[in-house]
Amino acid sequence: MNGIRRMWAVALKEFRQLARDRLTFAMVIGIPLILITLFGYAINMDVRNLRAGIADQAGTQTSRRLVADLTATQVIAPVRQAATADELERMLLGNEIVVGIFIPRDFERRLQDPNREAAQLLVDATDPLIPGIVSAVADMPFALREHGATQRMVPRTGRSQQGSLFSMRQFYNPEGRSAVMIVPGTIGVILTFTMVLFTSIAIVRERERGNLELLITTPVRSIELMLGKIIPYIFIGLLQVSLILSAAVFLFDVPLRGTLLDLYVASLAYVVAVLGFGLLISTIAKVQFQAFQLTFFLLLPSILLSGFIFPFDGMPQPAQYFAQALPLTHFIVLVRGILLKGAELADLLLPLQKLGILFVISMSLAMLRFRKRLD
Amino acid sequence: MGASAAIVTQNLSRRFGAVLAVDDLHLQVPEAQIYGFLGPNGSGKSTTFRMLCGLLKPTAGEVDVLGHRLPGDAERIRSLIGYMTQQFSLYRDLTVLENLQFMAQIQGLSRRERRDRVRHSLRAYRLERYRKRRAEHLSGGERQRLALAAALLHRPPLLLLDEPTSAVDPQTRRDFWDALFELINQGTTILVSTHYMDEAERCHRLAILDRGGLVAEGEPLELIGNIDATVIEITGADLKSLRETLSGLRGVWNLTQLGSRLHALLDPGTDRPVERVQGALANAGLQANVSIAEAGLEDVFVAATGKRPS
Repeated sequence: MNGIRRMWAVALKEFRQLARDRLTFAMVIGIPLILITLFGYAINMDVRNLRAGIADQAGTQTSRRLVADLTATQVIAPVRQAATADELERMLLGNEIVVGIFIPRDFERRLQDPNREAAQLLVDATDPLIPGIVSAVADMPFALREHGATQRMVPRTGRSQQGSLFSMRQFYNPEGRSAVMIVPGTIGVILTFTMVLFTSIAIVRERERGNLELLITTPVRSIELMLGKIIPYIFIGLLQVSLILSAAVFLFDVPLRGTLLDLYVASLAYVVAVLGFGLLISTIAKVQFQAFQLTFFLLLPSILLSGFIFPFDGMPQPAQYFAQALPLTHFIVLVRGILLKGAELADLLLPLQKLGILFVISMSLAMLRFRKRLD
Repeated sequence: MGASAAIVTQNLSRRFGAVLAVDDLHLQVPEAQIYGFLGPNGSGKSTTFRMLCGLLKPTAGEVDVLGHRLPGDAERIRSLIGYMTQQFSLYRDLTVLENLQFMAQIQGLSRRERRDRVRHSLRAYRLERYRKRRAEHLSGGERQRLALAAALLHRPPLLLLDEPTSAVDPQTRRDFWDALFELINQGTTILVSTHYMDEAERCHRLAILDRGGLVAEGEPLELIGNIDATVIEITGADLKSLRETLSGLRGVWNLTQLGSRLHALLDPGTDRPVERVQGALANAGLQANVSIAEAGLEDVFVAATGKRPS
């Protein structure tokens, strides 16, 4: 009984301090809104309007048709005209264009010859996404097929198929909109950032201000102190989920196919797990700045390895094992499942359990590390 | 060791890396008294305090606090001690009332006890007017009263005060000590560390610490009576020259200027000390009145901490 009373005392105190700390409060509201806007709008994988340079030496009706077809995809936007391939290269070098289209003088004749490429694409491969996109464009069955010239303009595949062999059917996000892919995971990224940051500072700050020296001479137990500290942040985390979710649905048209209740249960599990990590950090860090550094130490692998940006299945085995220790990995599965696929929690018990395990592990480690002593 | 000892330490030592912060301390703190720790900064006062309330683990030695062995029983003495840290360690962004309520809850008091005790301490420590004021907006004296009130909410039989008056004015200090004597009457044992002589004089017993070691221990008057030095008072026109002359004299341990007087601590074995000082000054052609003076606690402190010939 006393334990629960003391835990609530800590939670109440934390609430009061939080309500008075305008900066932190602004961060509670501000960080999610800013990040969701940034991620939603800026991380855009629907690549459009790649700046292209055209060197059409043939100048025939067919070659102009090819350029018009490429432009019609909206993937490329011709911004420069060039006379030679060398000139295109210079433009690539100067970043005036990222794609060059070279159509040689003997374009028409090459079209007739199945063993020669008709035209050339010059691609800036320093950007990880552009080559893939351009090659996808090049593989498209253009209207030129009527002229028997479809695939042969690009040498890379080495195949001489007539048009694409497979048609692709995209599930859950048929339009392939980036916002739909990015925004749900962003909920997790934002929560990792804010939750870990706030809690990791929580105990360090008390240590810095000398409060801890007094607190540990009282009968308050470590677990009461720890749980009391995270209770207010659970509410804050769920508040942030609501904020981000509203932005996702109203700003980015992200579908909500599962139930809200499932989503909140999954969020609760995730919030609690990252709070555990935050507490663990706060028992390691000596000053607030270190807590801040350690927060990023957790945040970066979370963003890179959780499947948020790069496909989880494409990562090497060791990275996949490591990613199991990151709460975001499991939350991404949960949130995409519930929001986009309309899954129920019953379908997603495994990631939910893993979040629970991560919470127990991180809390236990935090408790082991936190001593009611100064040495 | 008497049955009425609140704290007993034996061979208590604490090492921080290469530094021996507390060195082989033997102490006995009697119940219901004010026991003072007097010592310069870095003499080990705070470290000793922290070991006594279980915040630090001793490197060696034994501690017995109110019948509990430390550090093993550390959790059990939490509710028996009230601890006032050197720096204000309540929450600056909480109000007086909120701080007191929080500490009352943390101490596990029942709702009824909480209400009664908080109300009582607001009255007893003249904090009623500031109930709704945040601790950061209190004056040094008010903040100190709040810290004391908070440390006493659970009525601990043992109170540890680590330099409690380092940030307050003399009047506030007097009030504070009146409050401490009030607590002694109720049976509380108080341990206080200080570097103020006037505060040290008010303690029932004193331990003088220097560089982690105990250099003198006893009642203040006893310490003054047993001072291991001869105190000579010198008055004259040119104190600067007097000082320079005497600082070179063999057997003079220390010179302290007190306004227009000079106190010299001499080796107690010095034969006819007054004549010796007079002779030295006359040889230097200086005019001065020289007499034996009554020792004060400051002299005791200087004799105990600074007499090593360096």
